[in-house]
Amino acid sequence: MEQFVMNFTVTNRLATTPSPRVCGVVSSGNLEVLVESGEPEDTCRIDVHTPAEGFRDIWSAVLRDFVERQPVGGVRITINDAGATPAVVSLRLDQAIDFFRSEKP
Amino acid sequence: MNRPSSQPATWDREKQNYQARLARGAALASGRKVSADDIVRLLEAVIEPGDRVCIEGNNQKQADFLAKSLARTDPALVRELHLVQSVLALPEHMDLIEQGQVSRVDFSFSGQQAGRLATLVEQGRIKIGAIHTYLELFGRYFVDLTPKVALIAAQMADRDGNLYTGPNTEDTPAIVEAAAFKNGIVIAQVNEVVEKLPRVDIPADWVDYFVKAPTPHYIEPLFTRDPAQITEIQILMAMIAIKGLYAEYGITSLNHGIGFDTAAIELLLPTYAAELGLKGKICTNWALNPHPTMIPAIEAGFVQSIHSFGSEVGMERYIAARPDIFFVGRDGSMRSNRAFSQVAGHYACDLFIGSTLQIDLAGNSSTATKGRISGFGGAPNMGSDARGRRHASPAWLRAGREARPHAVMPRGQKLVAQIVETSREHMQPAFVERLDAWDLAESSGMELPPVMIYGEDVTHIITEEGIAHLLRCETPEEREQAIRGVAGYTQVGLARDRRMVENLRDRGIIRYPRDLGIDKRMATRDLLAARSIKDLVLASGGLYNPPKHFRNW
Amino acid sequence: MNVKPINYFEASARTRIACLVDPESFTEFCPPELRHISPHLVRLNAPVAFDDGVMVGRARLAGHPVLIASQEGKFNGGAVGEVHGAKLRGLLDKALIERPVAVLLLVDSGGVRLHEANAGLIAISELMRAILRTQSAGIPVFALIGGSCGAFGGMGIVSRLCTEVIISEQGRIGLSGPEVIETVKGVDEFDSRDRALVWRITGGKVRRALGDATRLVGDDIGAFRAATAELLDKHAGRPLNSSDLDDLTAAHSNLSIRAQRYDTARDGRIIFQEAGFTELESVALLPVDDFNRQLEGSP
Repeated sequence: MEQFVMNFTVTNRLATTPSPRVCGVVSSGNLEVLVESGEPEDTCRIDVHTPAEGFRDIWSAVLRDFVERQPVGGVRITINDAGATPAVVSLRLDQAIDFFRSEKP
Repeated sequence: MNRPSSQPATWDREKQNYQARLARGAALASGRKVSADDIVRLLEAVIEPGDRVCIEGNNQKQADFLAKSLARTDPALVRELHLVQSVLALPEHMDLIEQGQVSRVDFSFSGQQAGRLATLVEQGRIKIGAIHTYLELFGRYFVDLTPKVALIAAQMADRDGNLYTGPNTEDTPAIVEAAAFKNGIVIAQVNEVVEKLPRVDIPADWVDYFVKAPTPHYIEPLFTRDPAQITEIQILMAMIAIKGLYAEYGITSLNHGIGFDTAAIELLLPTYAAELGLKGKICTNWALNPHPTMIPAIEAGFVQSIHSFGSEVGMERYIAARPDIFFVGRDGSMRSNRAFSQVAGHYACDLFIGSTLQIDLAGNSSTATKGRISGFGGAPNMGSDARGRRHASPAWLRAGREARPHAVMPRGQKLVAQIVETSREHMQPAFVERLDAWDLAESSGMELPPVMIYGEDVTHIITEEGIAHLLRCETPEEREQAIRGVAGYTQVGLARDRRMVENLRDRGIIRYPRDLGIDKRMATRDLLAARSIKDLVLASGGLYNPPKHFRNW
Repeated sequence: MNVKPINYFEASARTRIACLVDPESFTEFCPPELRHISPHLVRLNAPVAFDDGVMVGRARLAGHPVLIASQEGKFNGGAVGEVHGAKLRGLLDKALIERPVAVLLLVDSGGVRLHEANAGLIAISELMRAILRTQSAGIPVFALIGGSCGAFGGMGIVSRLCTEVIISEQGRIGLSGPEVIETVKGVDEFDSRDRALVWRITGGKVRRALGDATRLVGDDIGAFRAATAELLDKHAGRPLNSSDLDDLTAAHSNLSIRAQRYDTARDGRIIFQEAGFTELESVALLPVDDFNRQLEGSP
């Protein structure tokens, strides 16, 4: 297992503080993404737990693009990965953040 | 100088040899009929050392009893054989090599034996003449690889030895045509002997012997894909294919390779493609095995015709009930023919689309991996421009214009698309700087790296990132960047020149889902016309009878 | 409102709960953000899940208060580890305090998690005892089975202890899984690749015909909801009294009769035949409504 944290500085802050949301399932080739409020408002913190070792550069590219697409501050995202492809990771992150933001206050 | 001038020329030595073999076999047969107990001795009687032998093995139907029987012959009598056949799929094929009875093979595809075959090659225990495409090997049956002995599989024989090969006719006509008319011995294993055949697929006077096998010949349900396993990413790629390729070019005649990527496209026809108003405008005429995942599209009226290389286990009743769509005999059962369907796929289809394992920077695409010699099958013929084609169609002409905008002489081009997720599980990249095929060629002493589809023939690459219109590229550099531009987070993709990729995007050479108006969030399993094998059974009105291991009810 | 059916089989544990209970009525206990993950999986360097593969909580279904648990079959085969088991057992303990109309267990599990087998085995035995205790306090426990893992191993036993068992035809109940039986006893004993056979032995239809399941429903969360609502109505009006010794003795004697009756049965076809089905080959494809009608119409 490889674990690492990446912090991104972002400009968009959340107007509300939605309750935590989880998206996806930890199964082969898949992952779960937990999104929580509470980080400083200009920060998006992403914790990654992955069984595939030695792909940190790919993860950082995937996460950087995600934050570029969805520049949301004040959130902490935690990923439990079970060997998902970059495409699945990107899709799940987008779904998770949509789900998180859609919630009524 | 071999023939003293005093003797008259003999022009029928092969025929005399054929008759001598029949004479040796006569005592073991009653007319053409041989009992299963005598088959090993019959093989020993009619086969001579050094013979070219075809043990009929397609990617579905296998002459498994004859293969087993051949493996039980005395290696002192049956030896130095040269196998010339489509598929080396049975353990017995490898046993024959290990027992020293086969010294050379020419084939197309090895499937499950790919690993064992590579080991035998590395150990120097077998010489591979060449790995062919199906059509190429069939062609050589009529030139320099004519089988001396053809061991074939049929469903039924009558007492005279007429054969019914039925829905799984597959390679049989090509093999028998070559052997029977060039002094070869044709031996058929059949599942049953009946009074009257439903229809005659192979006439008795092309057959020398037939034997009722103790168990029916094995058929692999190779083209059955369980919709339950189709992923959201595959659905996204299918949406890109339908909107960015099929609709764009108005593709009506086509062939689909095997796999979940193309199964997803098939299951999106009655839903996503229908919503786009494409019914009747795309995917009407097919060279395709009867994929169960085609059932919803057929039922929705999307499809006008399907000619098949072989059949598919469980589809028999459904096919028989849809004679307007499939090629069905007067007896009511389907007839397939690999050679004709390959010709159809090569010359009469505007598009081939298939999955792959690796694509390099020039667009060369390969399924070869080190330690496995798996071969080609039919994909290279489907997936290459048909330079001999002379009939026009809108899709073909448009592709030709895009590929050669400045050519003086107008000509069309086949659309050849590779569809692949940029990475497999655990970040294994589909895009690479160097294909594993090079290593395999080196370790196995091949003259050529086994490339499934050459880059120059690939017109499109579809990934979850988008579609690359390689045929619209003007220079090799553009082509490389177009490939990098859809290669996602692989090293190949990360090393792209972002400015060049944006330029290609502006010119419509690379199109991402948002450029095509595709909302990625729409790519859910709800779009599939069937989400399980059972849905397919229900869509068929209960006519599709899936193999036991595909059921969950 | 025209609602598109949602596959129960395909849905995640979370989606199942969301679509099964009354909208907005679910409150999760030990939610993912509390990160009650398996310490054993961490030690083994294996992927973990924030809910350890099971979500538990409180909800309403057709207005009835319920406690509910849903196992995620895609995470380690829904297998029961220490945390996972403790959540289930805690939920049943809570039932004694909150007294819901029923406890609903959405079972999707191959049994005990091998990575933490001792803890898992203990958890299963605690769970069995908790179910009996809950029922003896008059609170029924329902098992809902329709996921890809079915209800096997310890969770097969747990399911059979439940007051009501609602199953889809894709659902399965068993003790040892088909692959395990094949590995131990050989392919002649049980060909696990013959999935039609596997379902004729363990699947929803045969379990319903045997009486192991009390309801057979289609593979649609709406159908599970309708059957659950109907049974909740039934139990809300008539509190459970399973401590009755006569009932227990009757149940045991019925099981003995059944064991004798099917002593030589090697295939579910015989069960279907005995249950009054005439066209045995078509039972597998028979729509659920027709199956139920024929079964309940039989003597």
